[in-house]
Amino acid sequence: MNTTFNRRHLLGIRELDAAEITHLLDTAENFREVSKRQIKKVPALRGRTVINLFFEPSTRTRTSFEIAAKRLSADAVNVSVSTSSVTKGETLLDTARNLEAMAPDCIVIRHSMAGAPQHLARMTNAPIVNAGDGSHEHPTQALLDALTIREYKGRIDGLKVAIVGDILHSRVARSNIYLLTKLGAKVSVGGPGTLVPDDFAELVESGLKIEKRFEDAIEGADAVMVLRIQRERQDAAFFPSMREYAVHYGLHPKHLERAAPDAIVMHPGPMNRGVEISSEIADGSRSLILDQVTNGVAVRMAVLYLLAGGGPEPAEERPPGEARARKQKRERKVNHE
Amino acid sequence: MEFVEKARIMDGPRINRALARLSSEVVEENHGAGDLFLVGIRRRGVPLAERMATKIADLEGYRPPVGVLDITLYRDDLSTVGAKPVVNRTELPGDIENRNIVLIDDVLYTGRTIRAALDQLIDFGRPRRVQLAVLIDRGKEHRELPIQADYIGKLVPTKKSEIIKVMLQEFDEEEGVVIVERPSETA
Repeated sequence: MNTTFNRRHLLGIRELDAAEITHLLDTAENFREVSKRQIKKVPALRGRTVINLFFEPSTRTRTSFEIAAKRLSADAVNVSVSTSSVTKGETLLDTARNLEAMAPDCIVIRHSMAGAPQHLARMTNAPIVNAGDGSHEHPTQALLDALTIREYKGRIDGLKVAIVGDILHSRVARSNIYLLTKLGAKVSVGGPGTLVPDDFAELVESGLKIEKRFEDAIEGADAVMVLRIQRERQDAAFFPSMREYAVHYGLHPKHLERAAPDAIVMHPGPMNRGVEISSEIADGSRSLILDQVTNGVAVRMAVLYLLAGGGPEPAEERPPGEARARKQKRERKVNHE
Repeated sequence: MEFVEKARIMDGPRINRALARLSSEVVEENHGAGDLFLVGIRRRGVPLAERMATKIADLEGYRPPVGVLDITLYRDDLSTVGAKPVVNRTELPGDIENRNIVLIDDVLYTGRTIRAALDQLIDFGRPRRVQLAVLIDRGKEHRELPIQADYIGKLVPTKKSEIIKVMLQEFDEEEGVVIVERPSETA
């Protein structure tokens, strides 16, 4: 069994194995207690700098990372960049170079383009945490969802989890599908046909079921994850109107009758109340939406602790590329002088 | 890595007698067990704290609450160790404000663990008094910080190349304290 997490970056769930995921969850579980103390701060990352680089609007995730960093005594710096004015590729490269020059110990990045964190990881020396890249992955969300399920169900292995709604555009769905199937859950996805692509079946080897009818996905589920309708990512009409979506695909109490009697309901937020989830469910006793937020801080503390606290690393182990080239350039310069 | 066992300095009954004496010293020094909190430092300080609480209960008819400190996040070598040490939970039995705390650990060596434990404890409040009880004290000459124990099970002068292994049935197959020699660098 892996008792440590030896990766440099957290770019996605897909590349992790079950032992690494379990170690992250165990660590997060132990960090939960720190947030219940009167003095909610431990000195583990004292003197470290964490940059939250957000190219997309976000309140919850950014705040969660910021609080997590601060509770570990790291200095958190928030950088919000608008992608609208500059060509995206150029902005990311330039921003990364500038940030690296300020010697951060970890960069948390959210970007509307899939693969942006991977790109950044190749260009800089700092550990990179993916806080959501386009429709690709959102690893810390999947981890906090899993932590919440584990808290209430005691396990993940053997559970049936339904993910319903806008699967196509959802990085939360992708990361959760990877994570839950790796830990042995049976996952079924459902929603409007236009938003539930058949080729999702190819994402994982086994454990995933694509349902044409959203009610069928919920059948017997121990946990139901409702996804947000992502209006900002929809460039075509996938369903006629929000109203219609609410009527046919919104989660209402009658749907939960088909789930397991003690099923829990989750939503990654922000909720479109009355659209993908009815208020009765969102505010009901099965809803763990606020527990998810609490667990989010613990998960991000664990991730930052495992990535940003690292000691000096031998230079040879660093990935070749931009950073090394720049270092060589600097060394050449020194020699000339 | 093979460690060579050099000497067995305590067996189960001796550990038990040492803990009995420590417990009675704690009670005597504090005039009873009334406002005591025993706090074990993970890992092996925790079962020692539990055992001392039971012994104090036998003496006083009152079992002081037992807490657990995990000092990982307060270590002073976190930024230099390669793989991140596993974080475990800290659980204190209640508000430590104005309480009489006895910190308990298996071995006192450099004093750095105790420094971390004190820093963490103080982040939870302002105890009236903090004392330190250890099963084994490896001797003052190894100390890297000005920290001494108030209650000592056994003083065992050791060399730097030696390691004290405390084995407790809660974690190990047997019960005892042994001195082992670190294999030399070339081996």
